[in-house]
Amino acid sequence: MLDHSLTQIAKALRDGSISSVELTQLALDKADANARLNAFISLNPEQALTAAAAADAALKAGNDDPLCGIVTAHKDLFCTKDILTTCGSKILSNFISPYDATVIEKSNARHLVSIGKTNMDEFAMGSTTESSYYGATLNPWNTEHVPGGSSGGAAAVVAAGIVPVSTGTDTGGSVRQPAALCNLTGIKPTYGRVSRWGMVAFASSFDQAGVFANSAEDAAIMLEAICGYDEKDSTSIEKQEIDFKSDLNQNLEGMRVGLPKQFFNAELDAGIADTVMAAANELEKQGAVLVEVDLPNSALGIPCYYVLAPAEASSNLSRFDGVRYGFRAEEYTDLESMYVNTRSEGFGDEVKRRILVGTYALSSGYYDAYYIKAQKLRRLIANDFTTAFEHCDVILGPTTPHTAPKLGAVNNDPVSMYLEDIYTVTLNLAGLPGLSVPAGFDQNGLPIGMQLIGNYMQEAKILNVAHQFQQATDWHTQRPANIGGES
Amino acid sequence: MSQTKWEVVIGLEIHTQLSTKSKIFSRASTAYGAEANRQTTPVDIALPGVLPVMNKHAAELAIRFGLAVGAKINARSTFERKNYFYPDSPKAYQITQFEVPIVGEGELEIDTINGKKMIGITRAHLEEDAGKSIHGAMTGKTGIDLNRCGTPLIEIVSEPDMRSSAEAVAFLRKIHGIVRYIGISDGNMQEGSFRCDANISVRPFGQDEFGTRAEIKNINSFRFVEAAIEHEIERQIDLIEAGGTVVQETRLYDPDRDETRSMRSKEEAHDYRYFPDPDLPPMVIDEATIEAIRADLPELPEPRIARFISEFSLSEEDATLLMADRQSADFFETCNAKTTAKPAQVNNWIHSELSAHLNKENLSMADSKIDADALAGLLDRISDDTISGKIAKEVFAAMWAGEGSADDVILAKGLKQISDSGAIENIVKEILAKHPEQVEQYLAGEQKMIGFFVGQVMKASQGKANPKQANEILRKLLSS
Repeated sequence: MLDHSLTQIAKALRDGSISSVELTQLALDKADANARLNAFISLNPEQALTAAAAADAALKAGNDDPLCGIVTAHKDLFCTKDILTTCGSKILSNFISPYDATVIEKSNARHLVSIGKTNMDEFAMGSTTESSYYGATLNPWNTEHVPGGSSGGAAAVVAAGIVPVSTGTDTGGSVRQPAALCNLTGIKPTYGRVSRWGMVAFASSFDQAGVFANSAEDAAIMLEAICGYDEKDSTSIEKQEIDFKSDLNQNLEGMRVGLPKQFFNAELDAGIADTVMAAANELEKQGAVLVEVDLPNSALGIPCYYVLAPAEASSNLSRFDGVRYGFRAEEYTDLESMYVNTRSEGFGDEVKRRILVGTYALSSGYYDAYYIKAQKLRRLIANDFTTAFEHCDVILGPTTPHTAPKLGAVNNDPVSMYLEDIYTVTLNLAGLPGLSVPAGFDQNGLPIGMQLIGNYMQEAKILNVAHQFQQATDWHTQRPANIGGES
Repeated sequence: MSQTKWEVVIGLEIHTQLSTKSKIFSRASTAYGAEANRQTTPVDIALPGVLPVMNKHAAELAIRFGLAVGAKINARSTFERKNYFYPDSPKAYQITQFEVPIVGEGELEIDTINGKKMIGITRAHLEEDAGKSIHGAMTGKTGIDLNRCGTPLIEIVSEPDMRSSAEAVAFLRKIHGIVRYIGISDGNMQEGSFRCDANISVRPFGQDEFGTRAEIKNINSFRFVEAAIEHEIERQIDLIEAGGTVVQETRLYDPDRDETRSMRSKEEAHDYRYFPDPDLPPMVIDEATIEAIRADLPELPEPRIARFISEFSLSEEDATLLMADRQSADFFETCNAKTTAKPAQVNNWIHSELSAHLNKENLSMADSKIDADALAGLLDRISDDTISGKIAKEVFAAMWAGEGSADDVILAKGLKQISDSGAIENIVKEILAKHPEQVEQYLAGEQKMIGFFVGQVMKASQGKANPKQANEILRKLLSS
């Protein structure tokens, strides 16, 4: 049941074959059975079962919301009342928020039942989920490999069939990349679609919530639940149409699919290139028109992103000072040493590295050379997409240059880890929507994802292409072996 | 020390809290004096995941200031983060306007001993106030009160155009008067609603380039501004004349010791790492908003003083005095429009009887127990000879005590002036009969005795006799 489609589960919840409480218990048991994946930071069985009982009551009263009573899990950087919100960091290891994030409020309002908070790279900084204070999450497809990151826990819980949908966040690829590495459909909408209120900030001008699901259709249903204007977030989009399902069944006749020549480069694994091209050919078979597009500045995406995101992070993470909440060092002699010891002990290496880089980039004398320069590049990269979309309706390419690396393989080599974001960061720089869908497997049986990029606010269009692709292929229905517990 | 050799150069940075009900980026109240940390939301304590939302009213008040000093209003202004660690700054950055402030260049005229002088205003920008560190309340610990954190401020930055502490004080007073007059701040210096930093340097007269400046932080009274600047000027001149050099630094004024002492040198200065706040898009103000605020702006003190002089024939001194606060000026105009009494008389009543009563009870004009309409009613009864000026004071006191309108009091106390010539003649006859000696003196040519007789008539009539009539009847009877 847990790996069925949302529509099927919704039907089962209504025809009496299962209750939300039973579904929730099933998910909690499955989470326990797969504890070795280390996908959760916290489980909250009591609250979940209470919420499930409320959902059952609503169902009984005739609630026709397709999400009512469905189980889910939230990434541990959405603030939640009454349970921990750690961001995978020691510095927030004791933090309980007095308020719910807007994403949480919206999910709760839909009677989605959250069974826990998922593991992540510390403060969402990483591509492997290995930088979590709570230890690495393992990839359900092969536990010697990472699930990707930073939303690795959120991807693993859906890939393992513990919950059918989950929330994540995507600052430079943190939804799309783990979706690709775990054979899921993961979407990051246009910047400003989902309120950032209560989403602990990493890099504010990039951060955007997204969802993991087993199909484009489920992703569309779940994404609709969390999108919407929020007056508490000044960067949220006020006028937005939220309908991602209506266009799913449109045929692809005449749809112009752009293939950026810069994405099929030397860094790209040959197997992935072939897989993505095969997918492109499938779309062409359905009537889509393949066109080559040019994104001349895309190679600058990584250096640009790794100046701007750390710059914002260095300021965003300054509030974690041990004064008001969170971890405080035990040993200190004065204010200065309290700050220094708290932050030295409370943050992990990758977070410290980015705080240092960001602080440097903003420093007097370096600001123009780094921050201002990177802002200009950001504009050029966004302009590339604007031009490209004059020639195509959606852009297709790989999500990642490689399939899931082994645990420890890239974590100790920051630059090669950063380069794994090469195809995903440019969307965050431009604020565009993008999704990753399963497109095949490598020779080791590890999933390969392909990325669909849409123009601003055109989530419906990329979901339509993804759905049509999934109607003709079964990559997305493949499940990993060796998963514990019942579904 | 030879002050005459040295020219003083002063620029001010004035921080004014804006009188909004809620904070600049959160919905917490800005009221002063609440229990520590009660006026905070998750935004004010910088919990993880919170976001600022600009309080539009704060922007309107800043624009109001800009228009009042004839400054440029920037249609698009930006918010930046000023990064520094301190416990009373919970985000470890202050949101401020660095690149493009909401208010651009303007200027303001001040009075100096050498006449009028224009002082340039560089800019005025919106920012948030910090919380307070409370030392000494708990042994060995410092308390943090975040109630003030996020209170909207405008920082008004002047050009280095002032050449003495007196000019600096005059400028500060002028700004203080304006922010209160246009109602954007209560200007309360004790509560920290209005405070300033002074940038001070000295140079030999005739030298073009500025000397090295020191910045004196957080001065919160007019007296301290003058004392702090005077002290700092003296320190710099002494230092230079003794062969030393002034170093660029931030100094703190200690009013108890009347001295400034170094807080940090240029080398120790923070690198604030300003950058655009990604949580707040640039603020765009359209022309219609600016025009609506302009239309709502009261007539400003300067033109209003000129109008009071020309329209009501008040002296410059009287008109300026009325402009000390907007309520007094408004009171005058309202009262004047309602009464048949002359403007000078209205002005006199405001500055004598009304002021005396307000001062006695330590009330401001806004809290006056007699409003402009009521005073007009009283003055009308003087004009139409219902009561004398002297009786009017008694009526005023009764009105102040809540006994009703002027007419109510006059009726209830029977204070209506006696204008019946027969009745007055009877009193006059009585008085003349009682004082034969004085009559003799008058008849012998001592004209001033008429005053004595009028006084006696008024006394006998308990002030109610019409003095003009009494005078006429007296002269008539004495000459017959």
